[in-house]
Amino acid sequence: MDLRLPSKVLEHIFSFVDSNEDRNSVSLVCKSWFETERLTRKRVFVRNCYAVTPAAVARRFPGMRSLTLKGKPHFADYNLVPDGWGGYAWPWIEAMAEKSPSLEELRLKRMVVTDECLEKIAASFKDFKVLVLTSCEGFSTDGLAAIAVACRNLTELELRECIVEDLGGDWLSYFPETLTSLVSLDFSCLDSEVKLSDLERLVSRSPNLKSLKLNRAVSLDALGSLLRLAPQLVELGTGSFSDKLDQEAVSKLAQVFTELKELKSLSGLWDVLPEYIPLLYSVCPGLTSLNLSYATVQMPDLVELLSRCSNLQKLWVMDLIEDKGLEAVASSCKELRELRVFPSGADVDETNVAMTEQGLVSVSEACPNLESVLYFCAQFTNAALATIAKTRPNLKCFRLCVIEPFAPDHKTHQPLDEGFKAIVESCKDLQRLSVSGLLTDKAFEYIGTHGKKLRMLSIAFAGDSDLMLHHLLSGCESLNKLEIRDCPFGDTALLENAAKLETMRSLWMSSCGVSFGACKLMSEKMPKLNVEVIDEHTPETRPDSSAVEKIYIYRTLAGPRLDMPEFVWTIHKNPEIGVSHLAIE
Amino acid sequence: MAYEKVNELNLKDTELRLGLPGTEQVKEEQDVSCVRSNKRQLQSDNEEESTTPPTKTQIVGWPPVRSYRKNNNNNNNNNNNNNNNNSVSYVKVSMDGAPYLRKIDLKTYKNYPELLKALENMFKFTIGEYCEREGYKGSEVVPTYEDKDGDWMLVGDVPWDMFSSSCKRLRIMKGSDALALDSAL
Repeated sequence: MDLRLPSKVLEHIFSFVDSNEDRNSVSLVCKSWFETERLTRKRVFVRNCYAVTPAAVARRFPGMRSLTLKGKPHFADYNLVPDGWGGYAWPWIEAMAEKSPSLEELRLKRMVVTDECLEKIAASFKDFKVLVLTSCEGFSTDGLAAIAVACRNLTELELRECIVEDLGGDWLSYFPETLTSLVSLDFSCLDSEVKLSDLERLVSRSPNLKSLKLNRAVSLDALGSLLRLAPQLVELGTGSFSDKLDQEAVSKLAQVFTELKELKSLSGLWDVLPEYIPLLYSVCPGLTSLNLSYATVQMPDLVELLSRCSNLQKLWVMDLIEDKGLEAVASSCKELRELRVFPSGADVDETNVAMTEQGLVSVSEACPNLESVLYFCAQFTNAALATIAKTRPNLKCFRLCVIEPFAPDHKTHQPLDEGFKAIVESCKDLQRLSVSGLLTDKAFEYIGTHGKKLRMLSIAFAGDSDLMLHHLLSGCESLNKLEIRDCPFGDTALLENAAKLETMRSLWMSSCGVSFGACKLMSEKMPKLNVEVIDEHTPETRPDSSAVEKIYIYRTLAGPRLDMPEFVWTIHKNPEIGVSHLAIE
Repeated sequence: MAYEKVNELNLKDTELRLGLPGTEQVKEEQDVSCVRSNKRQLQSDNEEESTTPPTKTQIVGWPPVRSYRKNNNNNNNNNNNNNNNNSVSYVKVSMDGAPYLRKIDLKTYKNYPELLKALENMFKFTIGEYCEREGYKGSEVVPTYEDKDGDWMLVGDVPWDMFSSSCKRLRIMKGSDALALDSAL
């Protein structure tokens, strides 16, 4: 009895399988399922661009239409990865241009993208539709012009917090009059002013435009005329909200806002003057997402605004909101799922002291759907953590940054071990955790014991010894990404748990006590890991026992990479070759 | 030495005791300079022994906020509302003899002393006093920059704002190059 389904039937069934996690499982069943799955996969995610070669990806998924790539490790966001480390998009774009010319969508995060890359995309992919660059760098507005002029069916162009060499606002003028397919445009991270008339014409001829995020240079007045042309917007990022407008202009603007019946997401609001905040009241009830993290709105105005946002699910705000403001959120925003509170002070010494642990406690107690938290705060207590844990066992992501390193519970002066214990014990589905404050090895024992679903863990200035690392690597079964800085462990735990690293995507350790000798040993024993040492000085000039500055270990099928700069060393699998850069000119 | 054990990979049970942290056994194996809770020696070299802990503002990448956002805070706090851009202004910094370049965001500094302090920390040198007539006389390093016209200038000659908007890259000159520049002044 032949139990095999014909591939046409399999194809049809697999077309309903969306999630790549499921598709990965499907591919493991048997050879014919693997074959059918790979031929039908349209969206490919490569979460570490060095884990696999572009050629291998193109070969396996000939039907690929959408590619998502991530490059640098997460700590690159905080300047811990030196410039020139890597994460180049070019090899991928070059390979796909040749082997997957039907590619329509490219989403890159933390990668180096040059103008050459953008020009190549424009020239190679005839039906290119979506370009989303998050935290990328290396390109200029000239590259954007190349995309604008050539991609006839472009639907999305989003630049999220990229570092762009801004040569002026002309790039926007390169969108041809024939381009009418735009759905999403985000140029909020650019500096230069774009020509308003070009922007207005672009918006007018884009009936499908749902998301528009302007840069700071777009004035309030200009915003008014743009919104009149696009009342169907679902997501809006305003420009600067601070021109002095006369009374008539203000009431016209207020009217325009009332026309935005579909608006769900609001951001931007740079330099917003308090007297203009009421302009937003009409859209508040419909908002599910509000990003005020660049807006210096003070607490009383925030309360007025947020008390009208009864459907809000996502709120990003600065600590200017203070405990009082968060209490208002607690009473008004019952649908809240995600809260991020960023520091408004430019440095550690300027933290807003009117925002304490109490703010987060209020929200945790009152918002039943709260599952994702990022909270910067001057101080915290074990009691607060325990309350948060008790009231919000449904937390999936909990990132607490107590700004002062080694800060203990400010009431009891104890480490925050017990507080984080409560969190990991209670929040059984916790997938992402960032810890801070004074923590001993005990905290990590608790995390290792209870954090069974934890996938990503970020640690800084914590722990006492190798035990901390041992607890994590031996206890956290689902651990996928671990990033640690400035913690006092050495080689022991790392070497003892070396096998664990092949089950993880990556491990970052900087300013810890891991020696070069240990790195060499890891590299020799674990063939499927790249052990990269980032160090100013050639490791070979120092004794094997000396600690290296930074280590990035990741599993890979591609072997040591060939594009490393001078200061990154990978240890050859063949110990005779020793240490090298394997750099290619 | 603990590191001689590494070739065995298998460490005896007694090596990793699940007792209280900070026991003698564990401390022996940490023969490196690293962070402990009673010493704020962050970013310290093995050779260097700084007696004064670095101030909080000097910790690289802390608090963990993206430059993009930090810069925005700087702009807000300076109440600079004219044509404000929240871009970053990264310039490459090279130091003679150092194997790799660094990049700094000029917008995170408000004046020369802040910039020089940051450079001193980054490259671990000390610089003398700047004076208009003699530059950085007596210092073993001299900070220079390339301006918009492509000329190499001495850091400190022009007002900060003019400098930060015209500086394209920085170079810390050392040794004989520095002396040559000095004697030319």
